[in-house]
Amino acid sequence: MVSYLIKRIGLGAVIVVIAVSMLYGMIHMVPGDPLSVMLGPRATPEMKQELNIRLGLDKPFVVQLFRYFTSAMKGDLGSDVISRRAVTTIVFEQLPYTFTLILTGIGWAVLLGVPLGCYSAINRNSVFDKIAGIFSVGTIAIPSFVVAVYSLLIFSVTLGWLPAIGAGDDGDFISQFTHILMPALAIGLGWVGYLARLVRASMLEVLGENHIRTMRAFGLSDRLVIFKYALRLAILPTIALLGVGIGFLLSASVFTEIVFARPGIGKLIFESVIQRNYPVVMGCVLITTVIFVISTTLSDILTVILDPRIRENL
Amino acid sequence: MATNGFKNYSIKFSWLSQTWARLKNDKMGLLGFVLVITVVLVAIFAHFLAPYDPNMINISHRLQAPSLVHLLGTDHLGRDTLSRVIVGSRIALKVAMISISLAMSGGLILGLLAGYGPAWLDRIMILIFDTVRSFPTVMFALALVTMLGPSLNTIIIVVVITSIPMYGRIVRAQTLSLKNKEFIWAERSTGAGMVRILAVHMLPNVIGPLLIIASMDVPVVVTIEAGLSFLGVGVRPPAPSWGSILNDGYAYIRNTTWIAIAGGVPLILTTVGFTFLGESLRDIFDPKLQKDI
Repeated sequence: MVSYLIKRIGLGAVIVVIAVSMLYGMIHMVPGDPLSVMLGPRATPEMKQELNIRLGLDKPFVVQLFRYFTSAMKGDLGSDVISRRAVTTIVFEQLPYTFTLILTGIGWAVLLGVPLGCYSAINRNSVFDKIAGIFSVGTIAIPSFVVAVYSLLIFSVTLGWLPAIGAGDDGDFISQFTHILMPALAIGLGWVGYLARLVRASMLEVLGENHIRTMRAFGLSDRLVIFKYALRLAILPTIALLGVGIGFLLSASVFTEIVFARPGIGKLIFESVIQRNYPVVMGCVLITTVIFVISTTLSDILTVILDPRIRENL
Repeated sequence: MATNGFKNYSIKFSWLSQTWARLKNDKMGLLGFVLVITVVLVAIFAHFLAPYDPNMINISHRLQAPSLVHLLGTDHLGRDTLSRVIVGSRIALKVAMISISLAMSGGLILGLLAGYGPAWLDRIMILIFDTVRSFPTVMFALALVTMLGPSLNTIIIVVVITSIPMYGRIVRAQTLSLKNKEFIWAERSTGAGMVRILAVHMLPNVIGPLLIIASMDVPVVVTIEAGLSFLGVGVRPPAPSWGSILNDGYAYIRNTTWIAIAGGVPLILTTVGFTFLGESLRDIFDPKLQKDI
């Protein structure tokens, strides 16, 4: 178990190191120089020279990469080209908004998707199961930004029930709650389908296993067997999926934050792309990648801890 | 020879008719098939079907509601929305076809090498695949857009880089399971080289599952293209991508709802159609594949 933990965390760390090197290497593989991209067509040689030195791009690639790593370890990801504020500060100011959105989105998806999958598995091949199956695949296929625009159109523009833009007033829970409903619907809808399908499939697998049949043979009630014993095992693949889900939701948050003009890391990276604010773009990609790697590593470890079948085989 | 040729045709025909018979019984698959065929036909005959030039500006007719002259109304520049939606199908499918072909080829080569090559190569490949999969796609796409500039080619590069690991992993898993089969050992014992074994024996066995995955990947690619175009960093204007039409609809959502509806509906129908069809084909040909993805 301990050796698995060390290996899995080590793998996560190696992936982060390679990811950073790849991102940094890409800058050097791009045709033309990044300074022209950042400064635009009107850049003078003096401006380029100044930025070149400021970003340390005049040094050899290996030296630059080493410097980037050592600075990143200290929490320094460079500074914003326009405001000159530290990238880390800017990104961490926006992260809580995106986290709130992601957790709300995944939260309602779990609350609806898990019971939906469970109920479908118990009532296999019923009309409910078939409708839930079509609903699940349908919601997975619909892009989150279409859901965002359509929910804005229905609930805000047409019905006028919900506020269209922003994250709500600070300290006003009701305002923040009404502002997060549509964005959470947009990023969570696809996950309701994913989770329902996954829980249904794993529940069907678990319900066919010997120990569940034995419990039934001993006369334990269906409710007890399903909710106390089967669901505990059937939920495990969901935990593994949630780790990967964080990455998808980070991507979906870009669209949602832009459509609803919500602050967050998605909106930040998009605005930085438009302004060609290169260090902020890199900082955002780096931090979101690290978050993604941490979440997949944690969900893998949690699955191992919770599943005795995997734990015993380690 | 002629008899053999006839036999081949009859085998192919019966295979197609069997697939069709099974697809016909799966309502979701059939719906997906109808939607996919419709989108493909619209894309092929787009320039015949579009009633107007999709880029023709007519400011005096801007933001019009649907009428007999403009069935889906007009946008903020007076362009016919229906024509833009019809021609938009070409862009969506073009990006999907090019990028999936490239990603599939890349994934095929890397996956075969990882699965059949030495263990150290396999470990390096898996590490690279896992690293690329660890980038949140849209964030990574935006980083590439900053470096390469927004264009159709950038979208294709984004899709290829982010999709190769998925194809590579599937091919690797299939290759590993075939690697120790008797027919491969027999081929090796006759002195066949790696290239021959991979190209003649492994390739035909891994291509089937790969094509099913490719059909299921179409909605993902269509979504990435439309998403980046929606953000204004994808297909350059005035080209009518469904994403950019939806963005126009979003920008003028308080003036008219028609542009947003017209941009989103074909996107939903296409992604739902390909998903339903892909799932159905997977269940028909290779139900175990779901676990490898």
